[in-house]
Amino acid sequence: MSTATHHLEHAHHDAHVGGFRRWLTTTNHKDIGTMYLVFSLTMFFVGGAMAMVIRAELFQPGLQLVDPNFFNQMTTMHALVMIFGAVMPAFVGLANWMVPLMIGAPDMALPRLNNWSFWILPFASTLLLTPLLLGLFGIGGGGPAAGWTMYPPLVLQTGHAFPFMIFAVHLMGLSSIMGAINIIVTIMNLRAPGMSLLKMPMFVWTWLITAYLLILVMPVLAGAVTMLLTDKYFGTSFFTAGGGGDPVMYQHIFWFFGHPEVYIMILPAFGIASEIIPTFARKPLFGYAAMVYATASIAFLSFIVWAHHMFTVGMPLAGQLFFMMATMLIAVPTGVKVFNWVATMWRGSMTFETPMLFAIAFVFLFTIGGFSGLMLAIVAADIQYHDSYFVVAHFHYVLVPGAVFAIMAAVYFWLPKWTGHMYDEKLGKLHFWLSAISVNLTFFPMHFVGLAGMPRRIPDYAPQFADFNAVASVGAFMFGLSQILFAWNIWRCVKGGDKATDRVWDGAKGLEWTVPSPAPHHTFSTPPVVK
Amino acid sequence: MSKITSRWMGRAAASLGLALAFHARAWAEWEVNMPRGTGALSAEIYDLHMMAFGVCVAIAVVVFGAMIWSIYHHRKSRGSQALNFSHSTRVEIVWTVIPIAILVAMAVPAAGTLVKMEDTRDSDLTVKVTGYQWKWHYDYLDEGINYFSNLDAESNRARQLGSGIDPASVPNYLLEVDRPLVVPVGAKVRLLLTSNDVIHSWWVPALGGKKDAIPGFVNEFWFEADDPGIYRGQCAELCGRDHAYMPVVVRVVPEAEFSQWLAQNSAGEPAAPQAGAGGNDEPVAPQAAESGAEAKWTLGQAMAEGESLYVSNCSACHQVNGRGLAAAGFPPLAGSPVATGPAPEHIRIAVHGRPGTAMTAFGPQLTDEQLAAIVTYQRNAWGNGTGDLIDPADVAAER
Repeated sequence: MSTATHHLEHAHHDAHVGGFRRWLTTTNHKDIGTMYLVFSLTMFFVGGAMAMVIRAELFQPGLQLVDPNFFNQMTTMHALVMIFGAVMPAFVGLANWMVPLMIGAPDMALPRLNNWSFWILPFASTLLLTPLLLGLFGIGGGGPAAGWTMYPPLVLQTGHAFPFMIFAVHLMGLSSIMGAINIIVTIMNLRAPGMSLLKMPMFVWTWLITAYLLILVMPVLAGAVTMLLTDKYFGTSFFTAGGGGDPVMYQHIFWFFGHPEVYIMILPAFGIASEIIPTFARKPLFGYAAMVYATASIAFLSFIVWAHHMFTVGMPLAGQLFFMMATMLIAVPTGVKVFNWVATMWRGSMTFETPMLFAIAFVFLFTIGGFSGLMLAIVAADIQYHDSYFVVAHFHYVLVPGAVFAIMAAVYFWLPKWTGHMYDEKLGKLHFWLSAISVNLTFFPMHFVGLAGMPRRIPDYAPQFADFNAVASVGAFMFGLSQILFAWNIWRCVKGGDKATDRVWDGAKGLEWTVPSPAPHHTFSTPPVVK
Repeated sequence: MSKITSRWMGRAAASLGLALAFHARAWAEWEVNMPRGTGALSAEIYDLHMMAFGVCVAIAVVVFGAMIWSIYHHRKSRGSQALNFSHSTRVEIVWTVIPIAILVAMAVPAAGTLVKMEDTRDSDLTVKVTGYQWKWHYDYLDEGINYFSNLDAESNRARQLGSGIDPASVPNYLLEVDRPLVVPVGAKVRLLLTSNDVIHSWWVPALGGKKDAIPGFVNEFWFEADDPGIYRGQCAELCGRDHAYMPVVVRVVPEAEFSQWLAQNSAGEPAAPQAGAGGNDEPVAPQAAESGAEAKWTLGQAMAEGESLYVSNCSACHQVNGRGLAAAGFPPLAGSPVATGPAPEHIRIAVHGRPGTAMTAFGPQLTDEQLAAIVTYQRNAWGNGTGDLIDPADVAAER
């Protein structure tokens, strides 16, 4: 027995610390992954509740339920909570659980940093939500209401919620940066012998690339919001024309972060689809190398397209042309990925358990989001689409049946490995069908009302938009309720269920399926050799 | 009639019925597409949109068709055995090159239309448009005509939380203003857009697009309407609480009618305080009063005018009931120190606003009479009962 394993066994005492102290001080990637996922699910419901308020008000023309200012708080907070509280932490949680297992590493390279990365988040989200919650009780001016994009000068009219929002963004950014550093160091240093980069699972590849994106752009967001802070409190005028500044400069800086950010939210989803589809098609992923290069191309291109969020600000013609072409170009590597997934399915031997259902729906519906994205790239047409519900439809298609469905697919896929129990397959399928149908009911009509002229971020609208809005609201309520099935299924699975085998799924391949289910607290203390 | 003929007639009838059913008018509330709009540029944008959409549909048919076929035929339960292929360089190259070719084909007309959009030369009429929280201001630079364009009073009443008024009963709910932008048909109209406070965006779908109105900067946007009529749109950049309540209305009229409208408005001298509701083309220039307006100025008159003006100009923040909105930082006027304290201070705030807050300076927006009426109303309504009747001369002095 080597000295290394001998020491590791002595370190096992920490696994016997129980209760709150265990979770507060754990440096174990599985524990931390679990905490990220539980936090993310909680925030998903918080953000979802805000969406319910939005859709309830928009159910009919006329203002029935909330003040327009409160409505703006809902749209702002819904986005901030979903992006920074639900989607990003979910992907980090999945990375924490699965990356070490997939590369045959005993844990993340920087376990204490890992613990801090997580625990910043509950604190940051409390900071973010406090002004809104206090406002509900008449204390203070309520939550931020200038949109998650925080454009000045409007955002500078925010009241007391302003510093809370800025510092929450700083903290969440710090958490992401530290997590990303951890991921890169882990992947570059702790792969099992024989696992060259081009032998890594796609989920690991997509997370490696995502981590670089995070490190490159989160500091840019921090810079942007710090300038907002100094503009409001310390007399600078970065974004005030009167003082020699430029509100549009903020938009450039913000979207330089913002565009890679949306790829940060989708690349891990691509990785998940690339794990699940081969498993249930019982066929290797088609075009592995192309998938890697396509992901890298998408990541590179994501840095040079930011101004496509700003086509109506009054940009010079040359700028508009450049950003249009670069944006259209992203369709190529993205298309390659979609074709490769279909080619993986082609002539496979498919079964359609819940993870596969979500993964296929992901490919199908994300592609629809991709189509509206291509349409949006065309500047002359975008002049009509911009700031209308067409854009809302686009990004919700890529984020909800895109990123969120991928996360759900991953949870169903890996729950048996995490818990040692099979989840209830019937309930899973029911959750899937209800979600898939309702997500389309909710967001497809938004294309129509956007094209017909309905702007975004409005609590009330002209009656010609009423019918599709009613459909969208019904879909939204249905979607919201269906998620309770998801939480229930997870809870039951954690508590018990049919015993899961090590391999769990018939076509499952990879190091993570060689450890027992549930995965022991410590795995790969001795690295496996990969042929 | 032979069987074949009657079958074909049946099909023709069914197609006709289907076509009629899908006719736009029958489905106005279920409008699924962008308007073609008026003018060549708007039509070109629409065609570009339909072309892009068509490309997407074509690709979707191929990709989704393959997926659905595969889901049906390559399932384990149908006995499908998994093949083992996992790469083909040739296929990869083909489905990289073909999309690039499609994109290039799309980019050519896209670039062409974009260049046209950005060409603001040789315009026939220039109007400066200023976004305010929450209204538009139109300034015909060469004609000396300028005015504010507010959400129409009937819409404004109906949109209040718990108003009890059915939006369907209000004509052009949220899409009507008191004073629209008026332009001649067939003229290339160039708009110079800016803002007084935060970023707004001027959008009329039927005129082919939108442009942001940014404080401290001037953007250009042009349109050319070939058909007379009324075209409606909305602000398209979140600008605060009443972002949804500052519509854009453009009235396109024949050349002769436009000349007439210009003449009427240029000649206009400030008359008695305007109600600011309903009247679209009444000659009002909101400059400071010259003729003194020493008309009979009674408390009752001031209260009546003031209430109406208050609803359209002040109630967005201070609320119709005068209680303000603490949550958003809008102070109440009912029982407030300002509205019951010294009148000069009250007038000063109304005219010059409170810098650093959302309280705009209303001096430039309203006449002395209008401001006097509003302040009078504020000082006497909701139990404030100061009994003050503000003199328009005092407002003029405060400027």
